[in-house]
Amino acid sequence: MTVPHIGRIAAGALLPAAILVVWQLAASAGIYSAAQLPPPGEVLSALGELVRRGELWHHLAISTQRVLIGFAAGSALGLTLGGLVGLSRAASAVISPTVQAIRAVPSLAWVPLLLLWLGIGETPKIVLVAIGAFFPVYTTVSAALAHIDPHLIEVGRAYGRRGLPLLATVLFPAATPAILSGLRLGLAQGWLFLVAAELIASSMGLGFLLIDSQNTGRTDVMLLAIILLAVLGKLSDTLLGVVSKRAVTV
Amino acid sequence: MSAVPLKISGVAKEFTASGRRHAVLAGVDLEVAAGEVVALLGPSGCGKSTLLRLAGGLDTPTAGSVLVDGEPVREFEPRCAVVFQEPRLLPWRTLARNVAFGLPRDVTGDRARDEVAHWLSVVGLADFARHRPRQVSGGMAQRAALARALARRPGVLLLDEPFAALDALTRLRMQDLLADVQREAGTTVLLVTHDVDEALHLADRIVLLGASPDGPASVRLVLDVPGALPRDRGDAGLAALRSSLLGELGVRTPAAVAP
Ligand SMILES: Nc1ncnc2c1ncn2[C@@H]1O[C@H](COP(=O)(O)OP(=O)(O)OP(=O)(O)O)[C@@H](O)[C@H]1O
Ligand SMILES: [Mg+2]
Repeated sequence: MTVPHIGRIAAGALLPAAILVVWQLAASAGIYSAAQLPPPGEVLSALGELVRRGELWHHLAISTQRVLIGFAAGSALGLTLGGLVGLSRAASAVISPTVQAIRAVPSLAWVPLLLLWLGIGETPKIVLVAIGAFFPVYTTVSAALAHIDPHLIEVGRAYGRRGLPLLATVLFPAATPAILSGLRLGLAQGWLFLVAAELIASSMGLGFLLIDSQNTGRTDVMLLAIILLAVLGKLSDTLLGVVSKRAVTV
Repeated sequence: MSAVPLKISGVAKEFTASGRRHAVLAGVDLEVAAGEVVALLGPSGCGKSTLLRLAGGLDTPTAGSVLVDGEPVREFEPRCAVVFQEPRLLPWRTLARNVAFGLPRDVTGDRARDEVAHWLSVVGLADFARHRPRQVSGGMAQRAALARALARRPGVLLLDEPFAALDALTRLRMQDLLADVQREAGTTVLLVTHDVDEALHLADRIVLLGASPDGPASVRLVLDVPGALPRDRGDAGLAALRSSLLGELGVRTPAAVAP
């Protein structure tokens, strides 16, 4: 690891450290009661408690699994449909008004319907995550493909590429940066929708941990769940960023 | 592919912009024999690029016909290779991979690698094979675009001011290079240029495209350039031709005003 690299990481850690200090000060100054704002130490011991009881791993694993499966399904559909709409005017005319209307539906509005149709198992949660991941991917992919420099497309055609070869050698590579950022947005939105699903109907996962801690008055666990969501979201985004950088440079 | 002739007859082209029709070319007749180099000269905006695009099947004429080797030109004619006014390289590919983009479909593997290396060294870019377009100068990018077109081994090479963006010295070198490549491969070349000296140096014939005021353009003048290729740049015999061409283009030269 290079020195500037370490410097960047240190710079990024500055703000969390400051927040931690302010948090500790605010908790010990007694502005809020310990039930409202437990100090960082208590959150840490809540973490230890969950780890010891073996629960933490379950919550993390099930939430991550739901996001990964839902994201895979939603982004695959987003790539396909977005590709179709971006490449074909006819498909765009038929599909995009409807998709845009569906997109306007808030995430929580889906939950009752999904529960009604799909029961209370894993499926409705994964479907909701997929819905969340679908829209950013769909939007960026269709926009990116529709706005490729026509000069480059003409070069592709002038050099004998049409159909799939044109897609593979010109259209897709030209849209790759936008597609990758769409995937990252989709992953982030997948996490948002996951919490919506888990808040309402589940017995496991970080969203459940949130709502359960509210019911049992465990503010330390609540804060822990929020921190874990932040860390997992950031971690998965970083991983996707690294993977996509690899994919672009080969 | 060996050189093939190009025949443009009675070609007209109109564009429709915001509901209004705009005639750019009308009644253009032009024949380029197999292996011949014809330079297309004319004022800016008179339709040179448009005519070149019609010849390459990138666009269809409103009237008239374009024949490549006696057959009607197809959409994105595979027997032609175009070098555009801008390099238009694929920015995510290295120069070598951009040149490879021009290879015929049946050239693969080791042969493809050799061909790419050959054309890169022909245009003097062997050391930049692995650079990306944004890492090289505009002139180098344009040379890579020329290599991409040559890699296709086209029957007709269509060049749209390929050297306009180069510095004066590189331009002279690229003109000599084009002359060498053309002589070696015997390719038919239609070269659009603003540069009278370039036309005189490279072309067997010069075709002057021009418009009546506000009307569509057509061929105004066809000149045979005397002397075999390669031509000496200092050839005194070309001086008279040069000043009459410049005169036609509306540039006054001392020779043209002298009695
Ligand atoms: N796709 C198009 N749609 C509408 N008008 C066009 C189109 N392409 C060219 N034109 C018009 O045709 C005319 C000729 O353009 P063209 O690019 O062929 O000129 P040119 O002789 O190559 O000019 P230059 O020397 O500056 O490159 C211009 O008036 C231009 O506005
Ligand atoms: Mg032009």
